[in-house]
Amino acid sequence: MVYLYIIIMALVTYLIRAIPLTVFRRKITNPFVCSFLYYVPYACLTAMTVPAVFYATKSFASALAGVAVAVVLACCRRSLVTVAAGACIAVFAAEQLFVII
Amino acid sequence: MKNNFTEGLKDGIPIAIGYLSVSFSIGIMVLSSGLSVFQGAFMSLTNVTSAGQFAGLAVIASGGTILELILTQLIINLRYALMSLSLSQKLSEKITLWQRMVIAFANTDEIFAVAMNHNKSLTFSYMLGLQSLPIIGWTSGTVLGAVAGQVLPDAVSSALNVALYGMFIAIVVPVAVKLRPVLIVAMLAALFSCMIYYIPMFSGISTGTSIIICTILASAIGAVVFPVSHEKDGD
Repeated sequence: MVYLYIIIMALVTYLIRAIPLTVFRRKITNPFVCSFLYYVPYACLTAMTVPAVFYATKSFASALAGVAVAVVLACCRRSLVTVAAGACIAVFAAEQLFVII
Repeated sequence: MKNNFTEGLKDGIPIAIGYLSVSFSIGIMVLSSGLSVFQGAFMSLTNVTSAGQFAGLAVIASGGTILELILTQLIINLRYALMSLSLSQKLSEKITLWQRMVIAFANTDEIFAVAMNHNKSLTFSYMLGLQSLPIIGWTSGTVLGAVAGQVLPDAVSSALNVALYGMFIAIVVPVAVKLRPVLIVAMLAALFSCMIYYIPMFSGISTGTSIIICTILASAIGAVVFPVSHEKDGD
């Protein structure tokens, strides 16, 4: 029974991903649709990050430290790994600091 | 051909590292939902989606119906349809239908983001390389989480939780700093997302639905106010 559930989950998720990728094989020329699709990744990633990131760690303050470091590193055009690692280290450091204080 | 694959593999490393930590928590949830380690691994390997799996596990653990399962997956994962549509425009025209069906399998948030950030038209071998390590990271992280349980100290897992958000920031911020329309669209998305999160009237809206609403609203406003010409696509 559990396997049936897992297979159905996988199937639904796959179809959601596959149908738009296979149906739209020609380049879209409509300017509105093109512009809309251009903005989708930025809008989507931001909506997933804000405000969820501020509740992902043990405290709001440590999350804020992580975001601040990530934004600064990203502005300096560091690689994805560096930015992600910097954010993690900032959160860890902030939480250790709060324990000491 | 081969170079593209290696390039994809390299670009997939940070995603794989991020996935290892997130799927670790999925592994822990697999056990608490009453599933076996193998079932958890099977789920991660076939689904490759964080929010969808969290929700699916919740439905399974509460003995929900198959209809309920399908609906939650549809709503939470509907954002992938937007991403796939967007991705379909960036794929090299040489990519066949069969290859598209393979690429679709692991079009996750992060893989999509990195693929769209890639400064060339996307080839099949690049996409294969890009997806390989994250799928391995996602599945093995689930197994590790389920087997080892909570061996990581609290402070470490708390810090690892921001890894994926850090990656999102690394993708959005440099473009938003350079192009004002992207900055405004991102700020709109953040504003809508906060409104849905904090205003009690909207408390019935799930995370998955919220992401869809914010993405569509912010992108549509952006498309009306700041139409993009084709030359800008390379940015």
